[in-house]
Amino acid sequence: MLKDEDRIFQNLYNDKGSDLSSAKERGDWHNTKEILLKGRDWIINEIKNSELRGRGGAGFPTGLKWSFAPKNIGSRPHYLVINADESEPGTCKDRDILRFEPHKLIEGCLIASYSVNAHKCYIYIRGEYFNEGKKLQTAINEAYENNLIGKNASNTGWDLDIYIHYGAGAYICGEETALLESLEGKKGQPRLKPPFPALIGLYGCPTIVNNVETIAVVPTILKKGSKWFSSLGKPKNTGTKIFCISGNVNYPCNVEEEMGASLKYLIEKHAGGVIGGWDNLKAVIPGGSSMPLIPKKICDTLLMDFDSLIEQKSGLGTAGIIVINKDQDIIKCMARIARFYKHESCGQCTPCREGSGWMWRMLERMSKGEASREEVDMLEDVTKQIEGHTICAFGEGSAWPVQGLLRHFKREVTKRNDFNPLINKNRNIPYLVDQHLLEKKDA
Amino acid sequence: MSIKKISKEQPKIFEFNSKNLEISKKIIENYPKGKQQSAVMALLYLAQRQNDNWIPLAAIKYVGKFLNIPYIKVYEIATFYSMYNLAPVGKYFLQVCTTTPCMIRGAYDLVEICKNKISKNQGELSKDGICSWTEVECLGACVNAPMTQINDDYYEDLDKEKFEKIIDQILNNKKPKPGSYRGRKNSEPENGRKTLTEFKNA
Repeated sequence: MLKDEDRIFQNLYNDKGSDLSSAKERGDWHNTKEILLKGRDWIINEIKNSELRGRGGAGFPTGLKWSFAPKNIGSRPHYLVINADESEPGTCKDRDILRFEPHKLIEGCLIASYSVNAHKCYIYIRGEYFNEGKKLQTAINEAYENNLIGKNASNTGWDLDIYIHYGAGAYICGEETALLESLEGKKGQPRLKPPFPALIGLYGCPTIVNNVETIAVVPTILKKGSKWFSSLGKPKNTGTKIFCISGNVNYPCNVEEEMGASLKYLIEKHAGGVIGGWDNLKAVIPGGSSMPLIPKKICDTLLMDFDSLIEQKSGLGTAGIIVINKDQDIIKCMARIARFYKHESCGQCTPCREGSGWMWRMLERMSKGEASREEVDMLEDVTKQIEGHTICAFGEGSAWPVQGLLRHFKREVTKRNDFNPLINKNRNIPYLVDQHLLEKKDA
Repeated sequence: MSIKKISKEQPKIFEFNSKNLEISKKIIENYPKGKQQSAVMALLYLAQRQNDNWIPLAAIKYVGKFLNIPYIKVYEIATFYSMYNLAPVGKYFLQVCTTTPCMIRGAYDLVEICKNKISKNQGELSKDGICSWTEVECLGACVNAPMTQINDDYYEDLDKEKFEKIIDQILNNKKPKPGSYRGRKNSEPENGRKTLTEFKNA
């Protein structure tokens, strides 16, 4: 188990308060000036050496991302944008950082802004996190009053302004280009990439977009050293991570643990075990709703890091672990996730807009046993038509959970939906019969 | 995309009050010159707060003029994002999260209670007009499921009995206490946590 002193978020449960003086006691804003004076190259190198990967879901190396920002400020200003639009079902880690460790985030903003040459930083918070935003604003005000940010921030000669921008309830705005559109006051519909935001982002200017957790761990990495960070976890999957364990466990919780911790350990040690015992486990969604679920058999030995989960055809995502036990109807659970994606699709690309609703309607019927055998294959086909055919990764996010269901529980789905509408004429469910099948029957 | 009901009864005029006028000018300053469109979301939100938690069409026009952008651009924003209410909601506006992590911990029991105690369908006002409810997608408090947002506050770790009590309070026009209803500290595990133990009783 990770030692308490190695935990970055010492105030994860708000034992000590989130104000500046208690944050300083935890080491925040300590040596910030010295770190900045070591220069951008040193900082970016140190982050590269720590092998920190983005905590927002895709796991892109943070140091590398920062190095994409132009070295010098040209005619266009640079921006740093923090993605606090946490809406992935199963994920609630950023919320705790925003309300209990805001100074870690603000200090990280200063260091990151300096490293990517940005004088302005926008923090995009989902609109529902109104109280969390208020707490963060209080912390930002404290930082301004103490000259930690603002003109000549922390006496480093660097100017930095931080603004909060509230979203208004759109999951898609967590996608970085949709987030930028939304920041510009438009509908949150993703942009085509390339060009990537690092060169053409907010208002057409170079922009680096990072997740809250990524930025909040940066100060600690630089203070304790990249060696310390990379000694935790596994190679290429280093450091610590906040895991959100929700669903059918006895004591759902957020907990910071080492990367590569075993799933069983996380659930049994911290979350009090699966309701009804480990053997009552049905499946686990390991990284927020977009990641394919994993059945119990694999869960027994599963390690929670980016690469181990990719091996199992899933992903670490945001590390939002949703535990589903045998008391739940797995098809219904996935139908509800499909409904989420139907609701949140931005409507820009046809495969996603139409496909997400289609998958939901089929899954709803499958959960009731009202679909035909062919439809199960059709469902799989629909997921394949969405995946890879949309502008942003939302298409994959909506298709993967359904693919995961079919990969591991297809037998259960077909068992419940195994009638053939042509033979079982007495089952009177007219709306699920395709029109061309009806014609065949008449012929 | 979600379908939005736009209220049939619309006030003719809308204007920011002096306090919101000042706030909105400050918000515009947060963005670079000429990029005042960025403030549209925040301004719509202000308008919603000023107008009993819903945005009339007059306010959409007003915000458009205020920012010097076409009406339809603002209308697009107001209909795209789910948090803008385009029809009146109750003084207490309940948003019950029913996405999978909440669902498997009994969120639909809460929905049933809403149906029985507030109104048969979501988006309708209760008999006395004080309260309305709606089903929403993940509110990002999954380890505290099932949960509900009432106006700005999160009510977490609910069950049938606790939720009924909360609704009874609301229907009596009293604001219930937000936070966890199982008495735990934020998102910590209840079984006597294994981490950050030295701070536990601090």
